[in-house]
Amino acid sequence: MGSGSSTQHHFAFQNAEKAFKAAALIQRWYRRYVARLEMRRHCTWSIFQSIEYAGQQDQVKLHNFFSYLVDHFTPSSHNERDFLNRMFTEERSPQDSEMEKSSDYESIEVPDSYTGPRLSFPLLPDHATALVEAFRLKQRLHARYVLNLLHEARRHLVQLPNISRLSTCYSEEITVCGDLHGQLDDLIFIFYKNGLPSPERAYVFNGDFVDRGKDSIEILMILFAFMLVYPKEFHLNRGNHEDHMVNLRYGFTKEVMQKYKIHGKKILKILQDVFCLLPLATLVDEKVLILHGGVSDTTDLELLAKLDRHKIVSTLRCKTRKENKKQAEEKGKNNQMSSAGRPSPWFLPQSRSLPSSPLHPSAHKAARAGRSSSVPCSIAPDPKELSRQVRRSVDLELERCRRQAGFPAIEEKEEPVPSASEAEERLEPTQEEWRQVVDILWSDPMAQEGCKANTVRGGGCYFGPNVTERLLQKYSLQFLIRSHECKPEGYEFCHNRKVLTIFSASNYYEVGSNRGAYVKLGPALTPHIVQFQANKATHKLTMRQRISRVEASALRALREKLFAHSSDLLVEFKKHDKDKTGLVTLSDWAAAVESVLHLGLPWRMLRPQLVNSSTDNMLEYKSWLENLAKEKLSHENIQSSLLETLYRNRSNLETIFRIIDSDHSGFISLDEFRQTWKLFSSHMNIDITDDCICDLARSIDFNKDGHIDINEFLEAFRLVEQSCSEGDASDCPRTTNTNSSACSSPGAH
Amino acid sequence: MADERDRESTEIAVAELHKKIKEAFEVFDQESNNTVDVREIGTIIRSLGCCPSEGELHDLIAEVEEEEPTGYIRYEKFLPVMTEVLLERRYRPIPEDILLRAFEVLDPAKRGFLSKEELIKYMTEEDRFCGLLEL
Repeated sequence: MGSGSSTQHHFAFQNAEKAFKAAALIQRWYRRYVARLEMRRHCTWSIFQSIEYAGQQDQVKLHNFFSYLVDHFTPSSHNERDFLNRMFTEERSPQDSEMEKSSDYESIEVPDSYTGPRLSFPLLPDHATALVEAFRLKQRLHARYVLNLLHEARRHLVQLPNISRLSTCYSEEITVCGDLHGQLDDLIFIFYKNGLPSPERAYVFNGDFVDRGKDSIEILMILFAFMLVYPKEFHLNRGNHEDHMVNLRYGFTKEVMQKYKIHGKKILKILQDVFCLLPLATLVDEKVLILHGGVSDTTDLELLAKLDRHKIVSTLRCKTRKENKKQAEEKGKNNQMSSAGRPSPWFLPQSRSLPSSPLHPSAHKAARAGRSSSVPCSIAPDPKELSRQVRRSVDLELERCRRQAGFPAIEEKEEPVPSASEAEERLEPTQEEWRQVVDILWSDPMAQEGCKANTVRGGGCYFGPNVTERLLQKYSLQFLIRSHECKPEGYEFCHNRKVLTIFSASNYYEVGSNRGAYVKLGPALTPHIVQFQANKATHKLTMRQRISRVEASALRALREKLFAHSSDLLVEFKKHDKDKTGLVTLSDWAAAVESVLHLGLPWRMLRPQLVNSSTDNMLEYKSWLENLAKEKLSHENIQSSLLETLYRNRSNLETIFRIIDSDHSGFISLDEFRQTWKLFSSHMNIDITDDCICDLARSIDFNKDGHIDINEFLEAFRLVEQSCSEGDASDCPRTTNTNSSACSSPGAH
Repeated sequence: MADERDRESTEIAVAELHKKIKEAFEVFDQESNNTVDVREIGTIIRSLGCCPSEGELHDLIAEVEEEEPTGYIRYEKFLPVMTEVLLERRYRPIPEDILLRAFEVLDPAKRGFLSKEELIKYMTEEDRFCGLLEL
């Protein structure tokens, strides 16, 4: 027993130690495996975010371009002027008051064969519930009911204050939801899981209901229906996507026109109005402030409560009141002092016109200074000198654009078209009012103290914890709820838990990319978060599979972006290849790619996924670029460089098309396209001959009638990811410019 | 001459390492202020190719932490330490065959009938792996 058991004991001990060592080894290996997955997940997220925000900056630049044109461009011909004015009709023309009349939709007949939901007003809770059910079954609401509902919604919204107030005394629980972005599945899931709205169950939807997803209009219908049924308990806040200019680019306009080919235009027109009538914020128990984007160091809730929100049609483009010079000078001095710590955002009209380096006066230019300026003038410390400089730079820029666009130089000074400016004076917001609204709809929180311009989005600002703290103290608030940013878990606290971001569109970038969430507030106002992910497919995948799938999608988008900058990349690579070996080091590759794309991504981490073949730490860059192109080239007769330009500007192109197509017919004339392209390409410094693009356009004009079908053009080059959605192309005959109601088919518009 | 070239190539190598480390660090630098949460340091170090044990990781963290631990690691402290680690090729991952032996040690009776192919499959399927690691 004695010696036998001790050897056994010793043996057992050795085994235990071995087992422990083995387990520790496995643990090390496993932890590394998980870390790499985690890193991939973070990188993928960065890719999506940086591409998304880069796109938004583009959008703002594009609209700045058009605004700039309208403000400063002096058309030399009647046609030019009409064309440009037509692009920006925001003025409420006499025809618009016609829209107010209910005869607008009453004349629309609903055929007996229509099997979709029918609404009657005043709306009852059952109607709203039936609407949710109908949409869940993929039915479509007839245009007549859509318009009717929107008219009623507008009538209701008009009497609401800018800042809605809710109390937990009346509703036991208040549920706040964030961005939905046209993802109906998420909305239906929220109602299923949390319960339908009722007097006991209040809801606040915090903006960005539309764009990107495919069911934006259905979401709006549901939200407006409940708003009419439970006006005290159901509240909506405006988001930055509740904006017809943003919709042009991000898909809502397209969705409406596709689903409602005949009446879409009317629907969009009334929506323009409805959007700017949405309240700007909601206050719960005077303690919790809910708004879409964020705040700035100048956010003034009193001003926000008082201004006429109806005047702020789009946060992207501001036609502000032209203040008289004296007022402006004074205000300019004040502005200068108050915003001393904060650089003036480049996207605001006045700073855009400011030259980065003051021009030197010259006799020639001085002569032009007499031109009356429509430059918004409320900045300068030395107003006279600066405004002269501004005018000069404006003229220079204008001249350059015109020259490049092939327009003749203007000799005499022509006054810009007044376009009923007198009447508009009282319709337009002041610069300050507009900025206050932009700030609350576009800003993002940041970790550092302070407040700086949000150059990533091109609108609003980044606000730090001290800005939050000051605002909360100033108005005796407890915390802020906002949305606007996608978060992997659907929500995120920051600023010492004083700011809560809530985002309700799950799988936003790609299936499996993120959860959605909503937050419930009870009388104690303690936030209770509920997360969800509205896609069964993801539940069956392992974590690695999920991450890989989302990653693949991100990399695809990234490769496309790389392709779209092939020419610039080639130039950059050559700089690193002075000896013309055709090779660059992988380190140089990373540097070159970042200097061209400016996405701030961890290129060295991503390299193994983007660069397949590299020998000895060197890359043959030409063949790498060619491989990128091969993925895209479907038309061999199109030069790769042209395709590259199209890809790089594809969102802009689509947006331009939809802006030109002001009557939303789906068609633009060759001439309009040519004119706009010329101006756009010269302003954006796009190096491509006009003839080239026009040849292209002409070749797309299949029936040679001088008109381009927008969707055809975009699809021909696979510039749109999904063509006219499933089934629609076959259902509806191609419409012509004339609105012939004979074309309608059962169940449709 | 040769010395100089050696020094130059080392400098280049070090510069490249610095860029790699910076990239990995920035992925987790949420606030863009050159700090990361100390809980993410393990992930960063591992994604740079190292495979430290938990004990080795704690030692490393102690090296890069502040005098008074704040819960955050600053880039300025992290960079030189990490560069050393990478230059010395410390904490290299164990070869797969040793890992296999480790599994066999844990499963001497081969109850799961592990074949080499199945084991490799185990490595890449997170859920089952997780069950094994509740140690």
